[in-house]
Amino acid sequence: MSEIIRKLEMRKITKKFPGVLACNNIDIHLKSGEILALLGENGAGKTTLMNVLFGLYQPEHGEIFINDKKVIINSPSTAFKYGIGMVHQHFMLVPNLTVVENVALGLIGKRIFKLNLNEARSKILEVSKLYGLSVHPDAYIWQLSVGEQQRVELIKVLCLGANLLILDEPTAALTPQETDELIILLKKMAENDRSIIFISHKLNEVKAVSNRVCVLRNGSLVYEGKTKEHSVAALAEKMAGREISMPTLKEKSKATTPILEIKNVFAKGNKGTMALDDFSLTVNKGEIVGIAGVSGNGQKELADVINGISHIESGKILLHNKEITNQSPQKIINKGMGYIPEDRIHEGTISSFSVKENIIMKDYNKTPLSKSLFLQNKVIEDYSLELIKNYNIKCPNNKTSCGSLSGGNVQKVILARELSRKPEMLIASYPIRGLDIGAAEYVHEQLLEARKENVGVLLISEELDELLDICDRIAVIYEGKILDILDRDIATKSKLGLLMAGIKDEKKVI
Amino acid sequence: MILDFIIGILSAGIPLAAPLLLAGLGEMFNQRAGVFNLGVEGIMLMGAFVGFLVVLTVGSPVLGLLAAILVGAIMGLIMAVVTVKFKAQQGISGIGLFMLGWGLSGTLFRVYVGGITSIEGIKSFSFPLLGKIPIIGEIFFQNNILVYLTFMLVPISWYVLNKTAWGLKVRAVGTNPQAADTLGIKVDRIRFQCIILGSMMAGLAGAYLTIAQTHIFADNITAGRGFIAVALVYFGRWKPVGIMWGTLLFSLAHAMQRSIQVYGINFPYEIAVIIPYLLVIVVLALSYKSQQLGPVALGKPFNRGSRE
Amino acid sequence: MKKKLYNETIYRLLIIAIAIFSALFVGAILLLIAKTNPLKAYHIMFTEPLSGKFGLTEILVRAAPLMLVGLGIAIAFRSGIINIGGEGQIMIGAIFGTFIALSFPDLPTYILLPFIFIASFIGGAIWGGIAGWMKAYLSVNEILSTIMLNYIAFQVYMFLIRGPMIDPKEVSYGTGVPQTALLSKNAWLARIVPASRLHAGIIIAVILAICVYIFLWKTTIGYKLRAAGAEAKAAKYIGVNVKNYLVLAMLLSGGFAGMAGAIEVCGVHHRGLESISAGYGFSGIVVALFGGLHPLGIIPASAVFGLLIVGADMMQRSITVPASIILAIQGLIILAIVSSQIFFSNIAIKEKIMTKLKLMKPGDKDDS
Repeated sequence: MSEIIRKLEMRKITKKFPGVLACNNIDIHLKSGEILALLGENGAGKTTLMNVLFGLYQPEHGEIFINDKKVIINSPSTAFKYGIGMVHQHFMLVPNLTVVENVALGLIGKRIFKLNLNEARSKILEVSKLYGLSVHPDAYIWQLSVGEQQRVELIKVLCLGANLLILDEPTAALTPQETDELIILLKKMAENDRSIIFISHKLNEVKAVSNRVCVLRNGSLVYEGKTKEHSVAALAEKMAGREISMPTLKEKSKATTPILEIKNVFAKGNKGTMALDDFSLTVNKGEIVGIAGVSGNGQKELADVINGISHIESGKILLHNKEITNQSPQKIINKGMGYIPEDRIHEGTISSFSVKENIIMKDYNKTPLSKSLFLQNKVIEDYSLELIKNYNIKCPNNKTSCGSLSGGNVQKVILARELSRKPEMLIASYPIRGLDIGAAEYVHEQLLEARKENVGVLLISEELDELLDICDRIAVIYEGKILDILDRDIATKSKLGLLMAGIKDEKKVI
Repeated sequence: MILDFIIGILSAGIPLAAPLLLAGLGEMFNQRAGVFNLGVEGIMLMGAFVGFLVVLTVGSPVLGLLAAILVGAIMGLIMAVVTVKFKAQQGISGIGLFMLGWGLSGTLFRVYVGGITSIEGIKSFSFPLLGKIPIIGEIFFQNNILVYLTFMLVPISWYVLNKTAWGLKVRAVGTNPQAADTLGIKVDRIRFQCIILGSMMAGLAGAYLTIAQTHIFADNITAGRGFIAVALVYFGRWKPVGIMWGTLLFSLAHAMQRSIQVYGINFPYEIAVIIPYLLVIVVLALSYKSQQLGPVALGKPFNRGSRE
Repeated sequence: MKKKLYNETIYRLLIIAIAIFSALFVGAILLLIAKTNPLKAYHIMFTEPLSGKFGLTEILVRAAPLMLVGLGIAIAFRSGIINIGGEGQIMIGAIFGTFIALSFPDLPTYILLPFIFIASFIGGAIWGGIAGWMKAYLSVNEILSTIMLNYIAFQVYMFLIRGPMIDPKEVSYGTGVPQTALLSKNAWLARIVPASRLHAGIIIAVILAICVYIFLWKTTIGYKLRAAGAEAKAAKYIGVNVKNYLVLAMLLSGGFAGMAGAIEVCGVHHRGLESISAGYGFSGIVVALFGGLHPLGIIPASAVFGLLIVGADMMQRSITVPASIILAIQGLIILAIVSSQIFFSNIAIKEKIMTKLKLMKPGDKDDS
């Protein structure tokens, strides 16, 4: 077991990627028993900085000191040797191995022959006893829930002797309760003289868990200080670098004409279980309805069945009083459905195609873009240039492949395509996930603009702020059902949070 | 008569399984580490030729086999550099390696040997006592030594894969290389090792054909056995025992097709020869569901430096 | 902007040149092992065919089938399928075409030839389509299935030209050479250069290459086909039946290889014989890759490999190194081309090299 990390310093860390300065001269430090929150927008450089500390990336400049001794960390195994462990946002577990085997994988080092699973097993039991984390050592990873997998990740990192833990967006896939449990656990670890770096952009969690906060913006450290001295709003401002004025809904919707009606829908998910279980919801013209919920409660399936990508078992879906149940995606598109998919790289666009070819993705077979099987290059050219201009898509030219654009610009390509078709109804799945605040603002403005033009919008999101900003009504999905629908004037974060955890009757909890 | 027919098929089928099994187990190591090596056919051809040439010139079957293993390792190194170092598309790389092995073995055969020549090679022997047991002795105890060694590789491969530290690393690298990487496992190094090990086994499998089975070399002598071995890895669901059953099923079908001809049943030769290839297609079609259980990272180059 | 594009082109050419040079360098070592002076061998291979009418026309004779097979492989590749079955598809195409030619010997040329080409297309398409269907609906790895179909096609083809379709003369003379009867003159492609084997097939191939270009990039079906290959999920969402398009791609891919069979039968041999394919199915893969999987790149690429194949034949005759070495060299070229892709796709490596070569200033953003 390595010496405990009493003091960690990263000095003047600079890491470049082609065309991007991911970390620019960043200094951070941490002592044992401390929880440091690393705060920043997507792309601010948090994960890159931590991957440097964990030995996955080599910085161009900068040094790392542990207990005042300079160290060179050039691989994850060196990081572990110094007692640094990292829980990644996407769990680093091998699904077809057991918990014990996953832990043993980190313990065997350079060994070739001897595989001592008992050594790993006793370590797991020791650690799980210390922190009260129960886990079945012989379970296969694929058998475990997301929360359990995260527990395994933590146990694994602790078994490997980490006394400085880096957690990258650890709460992204957790329910509010699981999040609370994690926060308690982290505090307990800190009391045991372990140090923790907590990467997040969720300000409430940062506020609840950390002692100190470092704010990164565009690869630079812009602020460092004690967490308790700042309000959530102040931290948000530091993160964005300006006062945030995300567009919000002003006037109340008077909409009463239903445009999308979903009636008692049952649909199976990937695993064969009922992902949508008697789901009903109506969206009116000129109204934005939010779907709040912890991911994996049927949101993906909901978007899929509305757009005809997968089929439902029973129930009915109507678009403007016309049945679209189990029709092909193309038929549904032609009836006026627009869709901003969750996976904008693989589902929303074709990365290897040019911006031009992506813009015509839905209308390539309609006049005037094509005439009897032949694409009309001149028309397409003009049309694409017009949209690139109108939607302010930043690309060298319209022949650039979509895959080389930034996330925000890819989303603009999708928005341009969907909105310029004048849909009656728009499904937007996690439309601002992973975008910087400027791009997010633009997306919301466009959604509000669509609402003004009498489009019905269904906004699926996990970010309560996003939903509270621009939705007329917010429906909470839990285990494939709508648990409740709240009007914007009565919806609050705490009410939604409870509903997202599946608790409908508040009194029972209190 | 019927009994003779069955004994004939069984005793001919088991030695026919050996080269497929060798190559199949080798390919299993490739694929468990996430690399789809279609070059097996080309490696087998090179192994077959080099093994043959060494036996022809030096006379020692052992040296011939060793030379085949060495040439397999060299071919494997090429494959590893192309697919792991340069992260090239694996399927098409394998075809390139196949063409290299095919063209080179044919060329060198014409340059160094010229025509059909046969070698002494390795002969089968009968176990004292055991070989004399009626039926069973004839089927199981009158083979050449390589057959026994090959079948012993089945439990050995299972043990290596499931019970050793290296095997655990291989399984992790083929399923979630990112995870293995964060635990300090050198993903590319493990893949190199697996490709080279698998290719050595493929080289040996090729040499088996010339040294222990046919005792001659001819252009394209493997006739698709390398590709069949790759297909049998899917069929065997990436498990040594499964692959063994696959190769046995296959070689018995092959032996039966030969017996039909020997027994003078009137059947066009060309149609009979098609049977094994048809069987591969059927086998692939039947085993498609199992692909979900396979190494998830199969065919995907690993790249840490790229920015997610 | 212009300067950047220029530097980009230099970089691209440089990488390709290095790849080809490495393949030829390793090939030289192989030639040494085959007891041949590599310089002499390469000299003959690359210059001899260009030095006279015979060589030049022969290059184009080889280029025609190579181009067709390469086009087919490019269509499949563009839809995400690797078609290794060119060899088998050529044979099935050839036998279909031969069957039609022998059955209707008296039809006038302008009816008979299209009829033969359509039949060959259908034959190859069936053979490719089987693999496509199995890939789409049974998830059968298409590389393995097309290879198996090659072996099967070869046996079926041999069975037919040894048995049912053998030239009656071979039977009556008792020689028994496996080949079909000679086709009637109506089924022959016109010779376009007198006293050579160069026939109209090369013109057909070039026209078809342009058609494929228009089809893939200028029609809605081509758009869908490329979409299905590039991003199946997105294609499915915009209403492309991805599975059917996989099958369509393989039907076309096989069909083009099948027509290569017809070109060999009607243009060169005027009958079906054992060595009808001469390895074009595999060489076509190299041609397609070398041509950047683009129809307009495949036209020159097929000439380059036509040159190599003719050169290898000449080499065999003059310095007795077996022509099969060309197969090994083609294998090396495939390995070199696929290995070089990382220098284009990995932006970090690309920037590093371009900066070192002073083709780019450090810190310049790459947005190609």
